[in-house]
Amino acid sequence: MTELSMQKRRSSRRREFWLRLCRNKAALIGMVILSVLIITAVFAPIIAPYHYDEQNYQITNQLPSLAHPLGTDNCGRDILSRLIYGSRVSLQIGFIAVGIGAAVGGLLGAVAAFYGKAVDNIIMRCIDIVLAIPSTLLAISISAALGPGLTNAMIAIGIGSAPNYARIVRASVLTVKEQEFVEAARCVGASDAYIILREILPNALSPIIVQATLGVASAILSAAALSFIGLGIQPPSPEWGAMLSAGRVYIRDFWPIVTFPGVAIMITIFALNLFGDGLRDVLDPKLRR
Amino acid sequence: MYRYIIKRILMMIPVLLGVTFVIFSMMYISEGDPARMILGEGAQESEVEALREELGLNDPFLTRYVNYIKGIVTKGDLGTSYVTGRSVSEEIFDRWPTTMLLAVLSVLLATAIGIPAGIISATKQYSIFDNLAMVLALVGVSMPNFWQGLVLILVFSVYLNILPPSGFYGPIYWILPAVTIGTSTAATITRMTRSSMLDVIHQDYIRTARAKGLSERVTITRHALKNALIPIITTVGLQFGRGLGGAILTESIFSIPGLGKLMVDSIKARNYPVVQGGVLFIAIAFSIINLVVDILYAFADPRIKSQYQSQSRKKKRSTTQEKAGEAA
Repeated sequence: MTELSMQKRRSSRRREFWLRLCRNKAALIGMVILSVLIITAVFAPIIAPYHYDEQNYQITNQLPSLAHPLGTDNCGRDILSRLIYGSRVSLQIGFIAVGIGAAVGGLLGAVAAFYGKAVDNIIMRCIDIVLAIPSTLLAISISAALGPGLTNAMIAIGIGSAPNYARIVRASVLTVKEQEFVEAARCVGASDAYIILREILPNALSPIIVQATLGVASAILSAAALSFIGLGIQPPSPEWGAMLSAGRVYIRDFWPIVTFPGVAIMITIFALNLFGDGLRDVLDPKLRR
Repeated sequence: MYRYIIKRILMMIPVLLGVTFVIFSMMYISEGDPARMILGEGAQESEVEALREELGLNDPFLTRYVNYIKGIVTKGDLGTSYVTGRSVSEEIFDRWPTTMLLAVLSVLLATAIGIPAGIISATKQYSIFDNLAMVLALVGVSMPNFWQGLVLILVFSVYLNILPPSGFYGPIYWILPAVTIGTSTAATITRMTRSSMLDVIHQDYIRTARAKGLSERVTITRHALKNALIPIITTVGLQFGRGLGGAILTESIFSIPGLGKLMVDSIKARNYPVVQGGVLFIAIAFSIINLVVDILYAFADPRIKSQYQSQSRKKKRSTTQEKAGEAA
């Protein structure tokens, strides 16, 4: 097949994928909400009416008003602005933690499946060990070991989720590995690393993409949970979980402070789940008609 | 079948050993000095040093780890809490029933809602009920449960004043925490039940059952549900395990004196023996749940049961053959 017709085929396949994705209503809604969130995060300084750390002790714990659409918190900071800036932190954690988890787990899974036998056994038994600890508990323990902070939270959550990726990648590599194009690559003398990274992984990608999309959602949830118990991102950073944790004390007197950050988390996770589910329907060959 | 169970229990040992190693190393690299934590900031350096020596904190890593494992294996001793001075196993067994009760309640609640909702959704696919249930389930999955706990407290304790916001003294105190953990579990079970039922419902034998003139109820409960049960059991089991993990946050929110709260408090106080013991304990519970799930498969599906049996029979045959070989 010539290079040109190969390209044509690839681009038409891509177009078909987008068409199918856009026809999936759930995925479309998820995609729109996500785009809005990403734009909000990128342009936070322009969109937010105030700076996230601008305190004004004359107007603490105010109910929503025109000047402060979602009210102000116990330090007189505008809750809406903090949520807008917070989207930067949450999305960053979500994507980077998933990146770490998918890279570490994916590599382990691919190596395990590719080499098989003893290598596979050793890697998978180690993964069994990590899987025997509930992921929330694992993330909490890792961040307790590394200390609080943004970077450590991302590492903790990423490592905590790595076993899932390892298993998925292993399973899909196992099915791809036996196909002829892998044998062909080996015949022309490609190295193991080349075969794993350039031949096998791209062909085993769809379950990983789906898991990663849903993984961003659970990473954001875990990060919020870590901050909530004081092990994640530290105040005054406007991370949503940290805001909930700080506002908890005022729950009896002032509802907006514990309501809106949670709503923000929920909308983000909802969008990611919608998109992830839609993506799975589109990419999963079992469901294709 | 028994052989299978025994084999599985034996296989748990290396995994649990690995878990202790992982968590032990993590606590080892943690910053902060437990001896200083116990004695307080004002203590003399010499006192701290003496306590470090006494607790064995100055020993090399491997010595400490081997001593720890030796203690567990020979005396069942998980160490002593730095904070209270009581034995870790006592502390854990004090708190464990509360966490377990919470996990069981929330899973029961979630199954009672999730399975029927999933079945109705699947049998009436694309109906209003189905769409509504799926949106609600997605919202349920998307809600952080610590936030949900706070909102429930806000509504039912602060505004309506009908349920207590914290503590764990009787059934009325159980409602909010169980609902908090149960919601996302119910949502997950609903989604899984629906998709599993949908897989089954379009199969030929369901058409046959209907063609035989069986009532819709019998077709769904006897023929469809039974075959859709495996993924549902897996999900319920996984969720039960997750419930144990989720208890960590929920217990903190509702000030419930369970294992989860003990763990969070211990992590903050660098009370390593309790953290190590707690993680080990939860990992054991987790592995047992997984085993129970695998055993339940056998009851749900006779094909799997025969697989388990043939596995052990094959083993038996090969061992008898070996013996015969040795005798010859």
